[in-house]
Amino acid sequence: MGAGPMGKYKVQILALVLSVVGLGLFAYKVRMLGYPVLPDQDTAVWTVETRVSFVAAPGPVKATLFIPGLTPGFAILDENFVSRGFGFTTPYVSGGRQVQWAVRQAEGPQTLYYRVVVYRDPTRLESDTTPPFPPVPQLAEPFNTAMQMIVERVRGESADPASFTAELLERLARPAGDQEVELLLGPAPDAVDRARTAMTVLAAASIPARLVRGIQVSNRERNAEVVPWLEVHDGERWLYFDPVSGREGLPQDFLVWWRGEDPMVQVDGASGVDLNVSVQSSVADPIVVARRRAEAHEDGVAEFSLFALPIESQAVYGVLLAVPLGALIVVFLRNVIGVQTFGTFMPVLIALAFRETRLLWGVLLFTALVFIGLSFRFYMEKLRLLLVPRLASVLTIVVLLMVAVSLLSNRLGFEIGLSVGLFPMVIMTMTIERMSIVWEERGPSDAIKQGLGSLLVAASCYLVMGLELVEHLVFVFPELLLVTLAATLLLGRYTGYRLTELFRFREMRSGAP
Amino acid sequence: MLGWIRTLRERGVLGMNERNTDYIMRLNPRRLYPLVDDKLRTKELAIAAGIAVPQLYGVIRTEHDIGTLAELVRDRQDFAIKPAHGSGGDGIMVVAGRSPRSPDIYRLVDGTVMNEAQIGFHLSNILSGQFSLGGHRDVALLEYCIKVDPIFSDHCYQGVPDIRVIVVRGYPIMAMIRLPTRKSRGKANLHQGAVGAGLDIATGVTTYGVVGNDRAVDHPDTGAPIAGLALPRWEYLLGLAARCYELTGLGYVGVDIVLDRQFGPLILELNARPGLNIQICNRAGLRPRAERAMALPAERDIAVRVARSRELFATPPTPRQAA
Repeated sequence: MGAGPMGKYKVQILALVLSVVGLGLFAYKVRMLGYPVLPDQDTAVWTVETRVSFVAAPGPVKATLFIPGLTPGFAILDENFVSRGFGFTTPYVSGGRQVQWAVRQAEGPQTLYYRVVVYRDPTRLESDTTPPFPPVPQLAEPFNTAMQMIVERVRGESADPASFTAELLERLARPAGDQEVELLLGPAPDAVDRARTAMTVLAAASIPARLVRGIQVSNRERNAEVVPWLEVHDGERWLYFDPVSGREGLPQDFLVWWRGEDPMVQVDGASGVDLNVSVQSSVADPIVVARRRAEAHEDGVAEFSLFALPIESQAVYGVLLAVPLGALIVVFLRNVIGVQTFGTFMPVLIALAFRETRLLWGVLLFTALVFIGLSFRFYMEKLRLLLVPRLASVLTIVVLLMVAVSLLSNRLGFEIGLSVGLFPMVIMTMTIERMSIVWEERGPSDAIKQGLGSLLVAASCYLVMGLELVEHLVFVFPELLLVTLAATLLLGRYTGYRLTELFRFREMRSGAP
Repeated sequence: MLGWIRTLRERGVLGMNERNTDYIMRLNPRRLYPLVDDKLRTKELAIAAGIAVPQLYGVIRTEHDIGTLAELVRDRQDFAIKPAHGSGGDGIMVVAGRSPRSPDIYRLVDGTVMNEAQIGFHLSNILSGQFSLGGHRDVALLEYCIKVDPIFSDHCYQGVPDIRVIVVRGYPIMAMIRLPTRKSRGKANLHQGAVGAGLDIATGVTTYGVVGNDRAVDHPDTGAPIAGLALPRWEYLLGLAARCYELTGLGYVGVDIVLDRQFGPLILELNARPGLNIQICNRAGLRPRAERAMALPAERDIAVRVARSRELFATPPTPRQAA
């Protein structure tokens, strides 16, 4: 009241704020927590299985295996250990995380499994501490001189640890003609040798560096190779380099497994140790992944997720959350289209009942119920009952009709008729009462028009509320209801014509004014 | 379709949404609604202000009061029963006469005969809120039954024609007359098939006719031409409508007036959300006139307001009339 143009802005600003909050939360959950926007949109996960087999000499056996701990770009969804007869612990050691299996007495072939399921999580970054400067390596001559010369040369052509490393790896990759590099690398160097040599030179230049080992999880691999990588600290954070090509960065599908010089697996008291790493990619329910991710982030958003509710309550809220959207449709159909209905939100409740009956049966049952109820109501008019007893009688008739329809359809073998019990009976009663009054006072055409309007709105609500995408979105992202609210507020200030008014005022369109 | 919207905009047709947000919400404070939604309060207000209304015979407030009906209308041959909170003419029952031999037999205006128990049932329905908005408990008014002014004898099938004037900030901006038909069963309700005829604010002469949403030239039952009927005491009638602004404080109000053979123009009821069909039979949009009235200075002299309105909101002659 007394709103004027400022009031209009108020509504628009409020709608804007609500939309921003709703969409912001939505975007956060999608982008940062990875909640799925579409239903049945599966998240890729990789199952990495490491199998350690060995032949135990009679006696105690102790096996240690590095397992993923700090994994930039990935997060662990699930992991398990299969080790019959062995006890195990998973301590953190200098190279990362380990599983230590031990048994007092073992003999013959043994197999230990470690399985981890990981998913991509771009928010998971290196959260390691800043390492101390490494001690300058003491090498025998002529290696020491060669090392010093390389440091001098590379330093001359670089500005910071990152460019130093890049330049050094470049030289290590193409040692042709460079005697010092060839001397340090030794004959036929592999990737690990190159990484070790680089670490030695980097240590001489007081740049902390370490060896990282990981595996490529891009696709299915029966026997995955453990790939060395070089990690260099530039004073602020860890940088990754390919020790062979010198390229900076981690490949997208590189799962960091452990760090340092120690071997991946060590077994005491056994022989014939064999290690096999296999990778399998599969899909998982994205919501499970998203929740795990939010838990890992200790994120408050996830704690307020509807998934935290018991399953039965989840089902209830799955329905309830669609109601505001149905209300928005009612607002649209009434104020923009101009459809007339009995009762403001009666169609939404009818639409909820349609969820069980399906549309065609719902419309048929609704029509039949209203039609028969109306006949009774007209008969009751003759009995001259007071209003409330009359309503109560119609209500009783409605309930009896529901029972009758259920029994009849059950006898005929129509399962669908049983769901008639879900119709909101009080709402049906009021609809019948309103319809009979409109029928008497305004004539049958108005009553039928409004009845059909109610059905049309109910069917529209049902169709929209029943969309899988809509159900999914409102349930996973209840904050989107703020956007619905914003749209409703804006429609509340809609001053344009209703579609039906174009028809109603058709005389005003034609001819001279 | 965009063309249709543009045409309606150009002709200043006011839509429901715009009427609600830009006029009703702005000009009619909600606390004033009860003054017009309750016909009893409107009537009391009008009587206190010396505005002519149909005489009130009695009020039935409780089921027990229904028994006093005979007492209340003992000396009346005819009377009207109205729910105080009815809308759109719902629940109105007009008793046109009583059997001379047994006074508890009532003859309604449409010819039906009812006994006291049947009338009592109708009263009971009114009390229980069947005709009130939201189904709240209501009271029933017993009042004077309007006698149709003979000037309408050719324009009216049963019932009583009713004049609707839209008054914005005390300035009458548009008017129409609703003429009952056989189809409307004697009710002056456009939705039920009554004829709507535009009234020239300047002269009080009917202009164009509409049945439903379509143009009509002749009255469907009597065949009389709808246009050209001049209402008597037009200036007085506009003044009566304009006074309802001061009476209620509503800045956008629909005033329903009837012409009684004996008492002349009487205020029947007021409406805080008057309908929009008045635009069709006037072939004019409400928006330009309402905007015009909004821009006019606040004027306390009713005669000045009426004169201003008659000057500003005259219906322009049709090309045919001009020629």
